[in-house]
Amino acid sequence: MDAGPIARSVDWLRTNLFSSWGNTILTLICLTIVWYVIVGFVDWAIFSAVFAGSDGSACNKPDAGACWPFVTHKLGLFMYGRYPDPERWRINLTYVLALAGLVPLMIPRVPGKLWLSIYLLTVFPIIGFILVRGGVFWLPHIPTELWGGLFLTLVVASVGIVASFPIGILLALGRRSELPIVRWACIGFIEVVRGVPLVTVLFMASVMLPLFLPPDVTFDKLLRALIGVALFSAAYMAEVIRGGLQAIPRGQYEAADALGLSYGQKMAFIVLPQALKLVIPGIVNSFIALFKDTSLVLIIGLFDLLGIVQQSISSDAKWFSPQTAATGYFFAGLIFWIFCFSMSRYSAFLERRLAGGERQ
Amino acid sequence: MASTRNGSPQETQSFAWLYDPRTRGIILQIALLVGVAAFFIEIGLNTAANLNAQNIATGFGFLDRTAGFDISQTLVPYKSTSTYGQVFWVGLTNTLLVAVIGIVLATVFGFVIGLARLSSNWLVARLGTVYVETIRNVPLLLQLLAWYFTLLIALPSPDAALELPLGVGVTNRGLYLPAPVWEPGLGAVLIAALAGIAGAVAIGIWARRKRLATGEQVPAFWYGLAVVVMPALVVFLSLGAPISFEYPTPGRFNLDGGIVLLPELMALLLGLTLYTAAFIAEIVRSGIEAVPRGQKEAAAALGLHPWQVQRLVVIPQAMRVIIPPLTNQYLNLTKNSSLAVAIGYPDLVSVFAGTVLNQTNQAVEVILITMGVYLAISLLTALLMNWFNARMALVER
Repeated sequence: MDAGPIARSVDWLRTNLFSSWGNTILTLICLTIVWYVIVGFVDWAIFSAVFAGSDGSACNKPDAGACWPFVTHKLGLFMYGRYPDPERWRINLTYVLALAGLVPLMIPRVPGKLWLSIYLLTVFPIIGFILVRGGVFWLPHIPTELWGGLFLTLVVASVGIVASFPIGILLALGRRSELPIVRWACIGFIEVVRGVPLVTVLFMASVMLPLFLPPDVTFDKLLRALIGVALFSAAYMAEVIRGGLQAIPRGQYEAADALGLSYGQKMAFIVLPQALKLVIPGIVNSFIALFKDTSLVLIIGLFDLLGIVQQSISSDAKWFSPQTAATGYFFAGLIFWIFCFSMSRYSAFLERRLAGGERQ
Repeated sequence: MASTRNGSPQETQSFAWLYDPRTRGIILQIALLVGVAAFFIEIGLNTAANLNAQNIATGFGFLDRTAGFDISQTLVPYKSTSTYGQVFWVGLTNTLLVAVIGIVLATVFGFVIGLARLSSNWLVARLGTVYVETIRNVPLLLQLLAWYFTLLIALPSPDAALELPLGVGVTNRGLYLPAPVWEPGLGAVLIAALAGIAGAVAIGIWARRKRLATGEQVPAFWYGLAVVVMPALVVFLSLGAPISFEYPTPGRFNLDGGIVLLPELMALLLGLTLYTAAFIAEIVRSGIEAVPRGQKEAAAALGLHPWQVQRLVVIPQAMRVIIPPLTNQYLNLTKNSSLAVAIGYPDLVSVFAGTVLNQTNQAVEVILITMGVYLAISLLTALLMNWFNARMALVER
């Protein structure tokens, strides 16, 4: 096996791309497609693209490519919504506080996971809420109607996942309970919610929730959407957690019983710590699904990243041009893709790690 | 329970029931029942009070009232003078249309991509991966909006309609197909075709019995195909081809006649198909990879042709892994078709939970009906799947 690098690459090409007549034709067809896609894309995004200009007229040329000024001029809007400009540092500070807890939590080697989780689930939400909403100390109050863009997407997705977590645990435990009424109540909730589209749940949250409450109670639109999203994702979370509960060997449950632990102690100290660790990749996957699903809040009139891009495309006359929409959608898609793709890589990494841990 | 040191046995016994898990269970469940009931009563009373205050009617009487709006695509007879009840059927059939076509297309395309990812051709496998990782990580709603917009931009306006062969016309108002017109005599062709299908099934059963009894292979597929096609074709030709087509012709503002596929429908189908296909591809790939290598090697060692190895050994075993998550994807596609509301395709959510709700304000009834439909579809599929799984499991053991 003493072939030079050229001989080796020729060999690789022959086995992987040109092993037979059929494969050769397939390879050539694919190469043509790849070539056209790449050339077309690079031309659209760079060579024919418009990079300067202060409104849509700059992009209003017949063969123009992407209209980048649309994105650069509206970047603040896309990221923060109509959150007032001088107050945006508060959102950035919240991001920093979140990352301070999240980054060490995501690196397996860093110790103190319990404290980090407690910080993220108790201290951080309170500080973050006060920071972005304001209305206390010297911070001016920013009503939620002004929240928007990527910030709102992150708020909806993270509140949804965090709130759905305890509900999901309760539902999962209830579904495996020996008490028939508890079990059937949980099965009923889970299956009903999983059987209907999120759009109808959001409709229900936005139209029916106000009807359910006493007439004098009014509800913020964002809060209604959050309730809908949290209940919806709780049902999916419950199924993920149930998978983990089922994976815990029966002996663990029996040993806990034999030690005389109560049901609460058994679950809190023996079963759940093991089960939740198993389902972390599944939770990350639910988070990805939820992150993508948050875009549906535009249907009930909230302006998340997609909502605000869509609104800028369809109703900002200043930026009308043939390429405005394509550029806007591409930008929003890219942001979503970066988030979801990196999370899915992380989930795959965790899965490999878990599988490795089991083999040892 | 053992008696405590200080209490007399009687006293302990009178509290012992408190520590009995069964009693505790019953108390807990009664508490849950009461809680849930109280919750629903509270909601019900509040809702009744709110509806009363806002002067909104209750009950399902609104279904008989006149709708008064037009719908761009109707598969069942509908006029603007029809009732809200008929709007419901229009929406439901439109949803089912998208779901059925979408499921067929997504399955075909998903299998192609899934097999591509397993291809020995490096480039093909990589392209499959790139496709899956790109599509899966972008929200479906964004893809739908982008497709809708692209179609509206890319397709020609009605006065510059693109004419394709076979009388197919394309404009940004839709894809115009020739509509088949039923003429007398076509019924006979249909009957011949049905008889042919029955014959093909019989041949299949006979071939299977013969194979099990004697081991002799019969090309049942080709016989069956001949039995289905030949009689129908003979009847069709002997009656002088009793079918004609109504071709779309350029009208004043638009193409007239024929079958129209709305751009909204095309965008929805394109988006749903491409999105769901990415998930189906992953299911197909993991299903085929789940078949142990030894199975293929053993089949090859028995002298089966590579094609037979796939058809008789790998695919039947892979299908057992593939079908449950595949059904889930079908349900997801059906539920996701409700995103039609964002691009204005008249599906159930769009016309019923959207327009009808806005006109009547009867949110509770409308949302309950809408959710009930999706729930019924899901439960029906779940029942079917349980039955199917039970059958598969029996075959296995």
